[in-house]
Amino acid sequence: MKTAAMTSETASTSGTDASQAARWQDYFQLMKPRVMSLVVFTGLTGLLAARAPIHPVLGAVAVLCIAIGAGASGALNMWYDADIDQQMRRTRGRPVPAGKVKGEEAASLGVVLSLLSVMFLGFAINWLAAGLLAFTIVFYAVVYTMWLKRWTAQNIVIGGLAGALPPAIGWAAATGHAPLNAWLMVAIIFFWTPPHFWALSLYVTTDYAKAGVPMLPVVKGARETRKQILLYSLIFTPICLVPAFTGLGGPFYLAVAALGGAVFLTLAWRVFASKAGDAADPRVADRALYEVTEDERAAGAKAARNLFAFSILYLFALFAALLGEAVAGVQALEFLK
Amino acid sequence: MSKSIDKDAEKQAAKKARDGRNIAIGLGLAVFVVLVFVVTLVRLGGNVQPHP
Repeated sequence: MKTAAMTSETASTSGTDASQAARWQDYFQLMKPRVMSLVVFTGLTGLLAARAPIHPVLGAVAVLCIAIGAGASGALNMWYDADIDQQMRRTRGRPVPAGKVKGEEAASLGVVLSLLSVMFLGFAINWLAAGLLAFTIVFYAVVYTMWLKRWTAQNIVIGGLAGALPPAIGWAAATGHAPLNAWLMVAIIFFWTPPHFWALSLYVTTDYAKAGVPMLPVVKGARETRKQILLYSLIFTPICLVPAFTGLGGPFYLAVAALGGAVFLTLAWRVFASKAGDAADPRVADRALYEVTEDERAAGAKAARNLFAFSILYLFALFAALLGEAVAGVQALEFLK
Repeated sequence: MSKSIDKDAEKQAAKKARDGRNIAIGLGLAVFVVLVFVVTLVRLGGNVQPHP
């Protein structure tokens, strides 16, 4: 079981006082800048897709607060997950497991920035947006990081809500309320998350297993994961079309959603039909008559990688289409509304 | 001999890192103050009735 003591032990392994040599860039890394940039993009899309008049300065402050709130939850995650991060190749270079920043400092930074971003958003913009931001931070740092991630294979399904909320925060910041169209954008990211992360987990299963994280391929096996990816893709792709029927997306959005959705489904089917993850699955290794050849292993890994990469591109394209249409003032198709 | 050189280099690196952190905190605070000021102006501006 995870303890705070483990984190501080981890942080102090590389020297007498890790924080003395820590650069400001190390603290910035705690805020997961790549995740922050995605959150800024989706939050900004929500803010502009609302098509409500908002002063540019207030709009910029709202996006900044969303970014800092996301960074704060990233810092809290890095503090709490230092023990897991240290065991995985992808994350062992992060500032806390690498011993550059003390765990306590990461936690302090997270708490201070959480309070600052929520309070500033509330006072400068409105309290609905601030409330949603506070919920997002608590959901990610406490519900997902401290509870779901180490407990259930559904961790990224439920925890995905935290990453999905920024468009609703942006919309609430612009209008003071969060209608169906705002939640449609949330639903798109929410249902995108499982196929995206499970595709990744199919080719880094051993890392998750080593760190004791109950990702779906570790708990239920690669075959079940491939089935779940296909099922979630079958829910996700039609949801991407809905904004064209509710007045949120226009013709360009509809074209991107339909074409991209067809490619997404094709890639998800390829993963389903492949043997991705089977080579690292102990359940499969135990079956005497079932053998995964090197070609099948490579083809499966490629299928999973393709879906993972395309999922990022597709989500970006969907939100870019919504953003572009909002900026250009393109209206939704009348006959579809 | 080489140990003391290492220690000096370590001290220099620590000082450089500390200076960088101090500048980052200073800039962050300055940006925050300016933002509060500008937001106050914008919010006040929206709430002040125009003179007849």
